Amino acid sequence: MTPNSCAIVGAAETTDLGKIPDMGQIQLHADAALNALADCGLSIKDIDGVATAGHSPQELAHYLGIVPSWVDGTSVGGCSYMLHVRHAVAALEAGYCNTVLITHGESGRSRTGFLSRPMFASQFDAQFEAPFGVSIPPTRFTLPVMRMMKDTGLTEEHLAMVAVVQREWASHHPRASFRDPITVDDVLNSKMIAYPFRKLMCCLVTDGGGALILTRADRAKDFPTKPVYIRGVGESVETPVVSQMKDLTSSAAFRVSGKKAFETAGITHADVDHLMIYDAFAHLPIYGLEDLGFVGRGEAGPFIAEGNTRPGGKLPMNTNGGGLSYMHSGMYGMYALQESVRQMRGISPAQVEGAKLSVCHGVGGMFGASGTVVMTNEA
Amino acid sequence: MTDRVLPTPTPETRHYWEGAKAGELRLQRCDKCSQAYFPPRPFCPECGSRDVSVFKASGKGTLHSYIINELGAPGLKPPFAVAIVQLEEGPRLLSNILECDQTPEALQLDMPLEVVFEKVTDDITLPQFRPAKEA
Ligand SMILES: [Zn+2]
Repeated sequence: MTPNSCAIVGAAETTDLGKIPDMGQIQLHADAALNALADCGLSIKDIDGVATAGHSPQELAHYLGIVPSWVDGTSVGGCSYMLHVRHAVAALEAGYCNTVLITHGESGRSRTGFLSRPMFASQFDAQFEAPFGVSIPPTRFTLPVMRMMKDTGLTEEHLAMVAVVQREWASHHPRASFRDPITVDDVLNSKMIAYPFRKLMCCLVTDGGGALILTRADRAKDFPTKPVYIRGVGESVETPVVSQMKDLTSSAAFRVSGKKAFETAGITHADVDHLMIYDAFAHLPIYGLEDLGFVGRGEAGPFIAEGNTRPGGKLPMNTNGGGLSYMHSGMYGMYALQESVRQMRGISPAQVEGAKLSVCHGVGGMFGASGTVVMTNEA
Repeated sequence: MTDRVLPTPTPETRHYWEGAKAGELRLQRCDKCSQAYFPPRPFCPECGSRDVSVFKASGKGTLHSYIINELGAPGLKPPFAVAIVQLEEGPRLLSNILECDQTPEALQLDMPLEVVFEKVTDDITLPQFRPAKEA
């Protein structure tokens, strides 16, 4: 890709977030899409490319009443939307379409019009993992952390601090699900879910959606919104199950995706003003900070505990409160992208003053996949 | 009958499940590059060779990582450990830890483990692990 060849011109979440029992899941996609179109002054007939995950792109296109000339149904878990952005840039550069709509909608809490995904995402899982009593994500995604703790010195208090700092960010966001301050003791005394993970180290389960509209940069100036340029992108996959990660203390998919995004963007870590790292569970920002190279091995826990990522810190991270406090419908990546866009537009309720460059890093399918998007508000 | 989630063997994995029924932990090794690997497949994931052999593994390993499931799962009462076992031959696999307290105090990382076989139905026996007995 060419850095800044394309831009996000429309971005919005669903009208409500949290508990939306009176809206079916596909309508959550549409509600977000209509909000994003209104955001940039387009109509649905202007869209000629669609990408989505969870539902098929054909279901989405038909529901919206459009017949696009480009589709992407990449569905690799919660970071699918980061991959959609990457693929959309390639499609826009190639001229396959002119205006791309990426949507997410998930009735994760209310399960209204919910489309159930297969319980076991792979043959490997069904044959060799499920019989041993792994089930929902808190019993799977958490599996490598004891190894991480023994090998790198990560502590339960470090994990608790991830939740504490993100709650601090969430307190700025009127739309965040949880906004009251918490302490390390609150986290460590919350209900044990899957040792060493307590409830407050695990994400919320909520309803919501979000949508993005992308076009080529030469057209981006014609919109009422401040363009947010896509400066770099990366993606990768490693394994369908945590037990088969090459190294339980580092995600190969994170490393490949992050490196590609930084290389295509032509940036160093010092250039990054704002960071989002998908946090379905408290250990993910730890892995992300280390695997993207912001800190060395074993340094991410202390880095967060010392306040570097909190409001006023040198690397503001997960400024919406993240999946731990803002919202988490199941495939959270879209909400991380939305907060990066708000920060680059200068309109986040927790705005980082003067932020010019944001890195938004996602995980999918429990260390299975990864996608990274570098955004900037400077052409 | 059990509520336990049970595997459905495929042509490529049948030797593994037949082995468990016979009281053997069976892995595969590449005849070309001698890499031992898991899960079962009729080629080497390291070099791509189709020349591979099934062999009986030692059944020795160590506790590489784990969680203690407090939520339960079909056919399993919480709390119970779900562990990643590092096998002596190189591959890793998932297991419960039998004949052991399901507590952080009893479950020490890198403790030696040995395979045992848990018959669940007439068709399915699961390879499981327990703390290694003193030699
Ligand atoms: Zn080989």
